[in-house]
Amino acid sequence: MTTEVQEFKTQATKVVGDLRHRKLIQTALGKYEVARDKRKGAFQSWSEARQVAAETKWDAINHLDEHLVSFADKLEARGTKVHWATTAAQARDIILGIIQAKNAKCIIKSKAMTAEEIHLNAAMEKAGFEVVESDLGEYIVQLRQEPPYHIVFPAMHLTRHDISDLFEKHLGSAKTDSPEELTMIARRALREKYITADVGITGANFAIAETGMVSITENEGNARLTSALPKTMISLLGIEKVLPRMADLALFLPMLATAGAGQPLTCYNTLYGGPRQPGESDGPEEYHVVLLDNRRTELLADPEQRDALHCIRCGACLNVCPIFKNVGGHTYGTTYSGPIGSVITPHLRGLQNWKHLSYSSSLCGACTEACPVKINLHHHLLQNRRNSVQKEADPQEKLIFKLFAWAMNSPGLYGAGKSVARWFGPLHRLVMGTFLDPAKAWTKTRDLPPIAETTFKEYWKNRQ
Amino acid sequence: MTVTLFIPCFVDLMYPKVGISIVEIIERLGHRIDYPEDLTCCGQPAFNSGFWDEARKVALPVLERLKNSDAVVIASGSCGAMLKVFYPELFANTPQADAAKELSAKCYEFSDFLVTKLGVTDLGATFPHKVTIHDGCHGLRELGLKKGARDLLGKVRGLELVEMKEAETCCGFGGTFAAKFPMISTAMGEVKCASAADTGADYIVSNDSSCLMQVQGLLSKQGSGLKTIHLAEILNSK
Repeated sequence: MTTEVQEFKTQATKVVGDLRHRKLIQTALGKYEVARDKRKGAFQSWSEARQVAAETKWDAINHLDEHLVSFADKLEARGTKVHWATTAAQARDIILGIIQAKNAKCIIKSKAMTAEEIHLNAAMEKAGFEVVESDLGEYIVQLRQEPPYHIVFPAMHLTRHDISDLFEKHLGSAKTDSPEELTMIARRALREKYITADVGITGANFAIAETGMVSITENEGNARLTSALPKTMISLLGIEKVLPRMADLALFLPMLATAGAGQPLTCYNTLYGGPRQPGESDGPEEYHVVLLDNRRTELLADPEQRDALHCIRCGACLNVCPIFKNVGGHTYGTTYSGPIGSVITPHLRGLQNWKHLSYSSSLCGACTEACPVKINLHHHLLQNRRNSVQKEADPQEKLIFKLFAWAMNSPGLYGAGKSVARWFGPLHRLVMGTFLDPAKAWTKTRDLPPIAETTFKEYWKNRQ
Repeated sequence: MTVTLFIPCFVDLMYPKVGISIVEIIERLGHRIDYPEDLTCCGQPAFNSGFWDEARKVALPVLERLKNSDAVVIASGSCGAMLKVFYPELFANTPQADAAKELSAKCYEFSDFLVTKLGVTDLGATFPHKVTIHDGCHGLRELGLKKGARDLLGKVRGLELVEMKEAETCCGFGGTFAAKFPMISTAMGEVKCASAADTGADYIVSNDSSCLMQVQGLLSKQGSGLKTIHLAEILNSK
């Protein structure tokens, strides 16, 4: 077993037994489901909207070569510097290079999962920069020195009391259970940082190829401050963020808000087209866009699973996933958790070390049903399993399935197996659920029905 | 019509009453049952575990034996999905690709066969109990089954149907998943059982014995009075 799978199993065992966690997540996501369904009803046809979105992303991803060039050319024409990063290390170096050249001391950041993916904060802190997350949820998990719990709701595993304690410890604020007051405490601390920060770093929700613009959608206004106040702005985005046309936002913005948070539209939706232009009164003096590959092109080369690049990181698949709801976001040990994380992490970080995430699914398909851009998520989990076996099967498991195929193809052997199971039944009852039980993975928490006195095959034979 | 019956291995070995109920119902409706005794398993355990070569070895005799049937009725939503949805994928680019597609069109999960193919919902059954439905994921999402079981139960005398909040949430079985990640599988099952218990129902009904094995296994271990039953058994109750 790899360390990754051992760690996953240890964490999963710990979290599933935490009934407070189970209730917290179920309650939060229960409210989300109600809001989401209400907003879905506002679409003329949610299923047709999904189809159009899937086709639009299909066009975007299948013509990525053209769309990315158009996106970059148009941005550069307005004075933006566009950087192409093949690897996470290259992206980190590019960004460090920019902030070092600016002699920056303090960096303010808005929410960007891509930055999590390349471990940007750790790299900047190691290089001596102060980095502050400006999204409230991200700020909270930054204070806790832990990664985001969820790609959209980074601090959803915490109660207001947890947050009050955290602020008391780090900011010296008085205890409160009012969410409004907690927000004000964070706001006061963060406003200082916007003013002192030399560089603002953002992610992106969409990259519009037609006009060369970065679309950022947020609820707190923090990304606007992050981009507007510091003199230098950097946006880091994966190459799959492309949408062909500006008009596509008319569908994707409400869809992202609906699927992601059950909102009609996220509160602030901003398009960034470049640094401050002549005659403009605000905006950064310098704008850098860093386009990250980091093995996305390998996924692009896989025709079976290419549609995983359609993902708009709305988090809808996490929100409906019974695995996610029970093991929680941190257990995955990945930047992207939940079904989409289980699908793409083996591509981004290596199949053999991360295949366990594809096996850790009941294949219920709730994710595929929820995905607004119709990624065939649970079938991709099956394909990852098949690919991992083709590449390097576990020898013991391979033997088991060879025997399985042999037994199921020989009616005599199947019948003999049944007799043995019947004979062992009473013996099995004696040790059921204990460490002596070969079936303890099942019987520790569940009863196992015995082989029937008369099986169906025996019934049928007697009848003839 | 001659109806070819596919009885999955776990129904044969552990839940024969489900198969027997299906036989009796279909025969009462005036159809002849053809049961291929030599078939055992659809191959899903190997398929879901990534061992597609081994899955094909198990699936091949199933495909060969069933492909000339008029209609195939499968006593499980999950195995039904395997034959109907996943065989075409498993046999794609093999000499059996066309046969898998042809078989797919003739496959029906049991409740779907009654409602869609035969157009029957009232089987004259009586079951004076309060029941709640668990929608098995494969039936629900791969085969699109939801309404049929409810239409059938709606015609059962004395039966009161109460929906649970988590009707469409996975029970946590997931085949080999239940043994590979028992802690997660158990937690999912607990969520399901709690939601079912909240309805005050006497029975959890489903058209998939594999889900019911998971749910009943947990309920028995917990000492709960809530019981599980397959849809076919209710429809065959007098």
